[in-house]
Amino acid sequence: MGSTLTKLRGASITDMIGLLLVALVVVWLLVNFFKSPTEFVNIGLIGLTTGLIYGVVALGYTLVYGILQLINFAHGDVFALSGLVASTVIISVLGLDVNSSTIAVIGGLAFTLVVIMVGFSLFNASIERVAYRPLRHAPRLAPLITAVGMSFIVQNIALATYGVNYRTVPNFIPRTNAIHIGDIVYSWSKASVLIIVIPLLIGLSWFVRSTKQGKAMRAVSQDTEASAMMGIDVNRTISVTFLLAGSLAGAAGIVYLLQFNMRYDTGFELGLIAFTAAVLGGIGNLTGAVLGALLIGFIQAFNEGLALFAPGSDWTRSMVFGILILVLVFRPEGILGEQTPEGA
Amino acid sequence: MTGVGTRARSFTANRGHVVVVVLIVLALLYPQIAGSLASIPLIGDFVPATDSMVVMIAFTTMAVGLNMVVGYAGLLDLGYVAFYAVGAYTAGWFASQQFDQVSWQLGAVGIPEGLPGIHLSMWLVLPIAGLLTLLAGIAIGLPTLRLRGDYLAIVTLGFGEIVPQFVRNADNVFGFDLTHGTFGITPIDSLGFGAVGAAIGLPESFRQSSERSQWYFWTAVVILLITVFCSVRLRESRLGRAWVAIREDETAAAAMGIPLMRTKTWAYAIGAFFGGVAGAFYASFKGGAFPADFYFNISVFLLCMVILGGMGSVWGVILGGMILGYLNVEGLATIGSKIQQSGVPKLDEFDPTKYQFGIYGIIIVLMMLFRPAGLIPERRHKIEMVEGVHDTPFYDVQHEGTLTDRDPEDD
Repeated sequence: MGSTLTKLRGASITDMIGLLLVALVVVWLLVNFFKSPTEFVNIGLIGLTTGLIYGVVALGYTLVYGILQLINFAHGDVFALSGLVASTVIISVLGLDVNSSTIAVIGGLAFTLVVIMVGFSLFNASIERVAYRPLRHAPRLAPLITAVGMSFIVQNIALATYGVNYRTVPNFIPRTNAIHIGDIVYSWSKASVLIIVIPLLIGLSWFVRSTKQGKAMRAVSQDTEASAMMGIDVNRTISVTFLLAGSLAGAAGIVYLLQFNMRYDTGFELGLIAFTAAVLGGIGNLTGAVLGALLIGFIQAFNEGLALFAPGSDWTRSMVFGILILVLVFRPEGILGEQTPEGA
Repeated sequence: MTGVGTRARSFTANRGHVVVVVLIVLALLYPQIAGSLASIPLIGDFVPATDSMVVMIAFTTMAVGLNMVVGYAGLLDLGYVAFYAVGAYTAGWFASQQFDQVSWQLGAVGIPEGLPGIHLSMWLVLPIAGLLTLLAGIAIGLPTLRLRGDYLAIVTLGFGEIVPQFVRNADNVFGFDLTHGTFGITPIDSLGFGAVGAAIGLPESFRQSSERSQWYFWTAVVILLITVFCSVRLRESRLGRAWVAIREDETAAAAMGIPLMRTKTWAYAIGAFFGGVAGAFYASFKGGAFPADFYFNISVFLLCMVILGGMGSVWGVILGGMILGYLNVEGLATIGSKIQQSGVPKLDEFDPTKYQFGIYGIIIVLMMLFRPAGLIPERRHKIEMVEGVHDTPFYDVQHEGTLTDRDPEDD
């Protein structure tokens, strides 16, 4: 008790304000939960689905940041372009539609995943090779500015190829319910996100933890020079990181496309949200990125879905950036920040 | 020895002054000669109209302001458009019918007596907009400037996104219409010399004058000149040298006794000031402030001007600003129509304005890769690019477990 009091007294005013804000959010959620529990859970499930998609994109940011200390602005646009290319593969190449058989749908999706993930991992790695590698020893701002430029280039590739219209795919995944408990429902189309994303996350975690290349990535992100002295090929490791990030962007593009429609500039805003998620969780930390993304997903869903005292979708973007700014002001290391050196 | 050195220097300085004066005179004559330039065959089509020049100069002024933040102090600001927005909306609040609950007039021109709303003279609104934007810069800067470079970039980007969403949605702040939502605030009053000016033959209100473009043009040139003057003088001042010191080596600068937070905040605030003035001026020229004008693209567009010209180099930024401003306002459209008329088959649908930001992206990347110091490099910056600067080694940051690379107590 006494120690808690000293701790409270020791806390600075900024900490107090931060805690107060968190407390307010918790109260708001509790009020809404008791008002209508089933609606709350249903909205929460929407948040879970969107959050997972954000998480996959956020992982791409956090991987690259962990190793290069570079905010890869182009990542969001790579994600959007991959989704658009995926729509071509699904519609024009495979011709999946509402009448396709289950096996065709599963096989087609698996094929699309492989093609897009491989293609965009190469695409992302070549961006790194062309635009970032020559600037390895330039002042920090140089690669960051280049990344902003690359973001616009990739976005305009998408614009030139697909025009300004939104693209979407037919509902070949049935909208019937996978889970149905009372009024709580979860459709197959949403469940497909979980089915695709969760194995990916497990695979990524295994890669980073258990393979030699993953170990090299962690070493480089902790100390580039020391790992180079230990015989790690730093450039190769960075390329592998960009390959991984690109394949994650590809996968995220596909699952996003299954849920929503997208066009050339979808990646910009989503990329910012995903980056916020990565910062919220503690940049450079893989678990943190997913955790932060889930939080953002929930916040967005609750903000747009809840009935009581919710600002509504007009303010979603402001809220996300408000969170980003608050996190950076009050707790710049993020939720899981302390683990950063070991994280990725 | 010293004598030769001084003379040589004064000769270069004089030559520089002559060039500047010639350029200013040419600029002031522009509205008169624009018509005859446009009638020259072949290149005539590419000569910008005076109206386009106003827009180009307004954006160049913002770029010069941004240059103080990015070029001098090395703080990457990706949300500069927020300052433009604050300036434009200040003009909207103090010189339009937005607040029709009241009817105050002070030196406003070109509007009937008793028109509802606050109508201050635009000449007053420009500095007011600058000061409000300066305050906004301080408000944004204080919590964020202790962050390291790339985090600062993303937070400023966040503010650059929040401000337009705020003005878009703030038509009903607890029942009060602050910004008139998506419709924006329009019409914003014109600049002008009022009845006093009319007595000596100057236009009472620019907008209603038959020589509207040229008067706006001259005002824009004057604003740009003031901005450039302040920028050049600040660069040589104690504050400006402190900015450069921070850009080159933050730790060493702090060790030399430069108060980091205060110095950075000043960079931010002063850069914001000129963004606000230019924003208010441009809003008056356009006659309105609309939320659709304030997107991230504009921030990148301004940044691109700074990079193309040369970070830290005022003359470079003006050159970069005029080139990109020209491409944005007229150039790409003109080039596009030339390409379409060229008769090459597949190109008759090609519209480069659609891809303008892709083109800016290519410019940014190519400049960073091949000429990172810009078209007219600033000497010190060029050295930094070649020799590199001491920067926070990234492994330090992670061990500290915090993103600030210094002790917050020391301000």
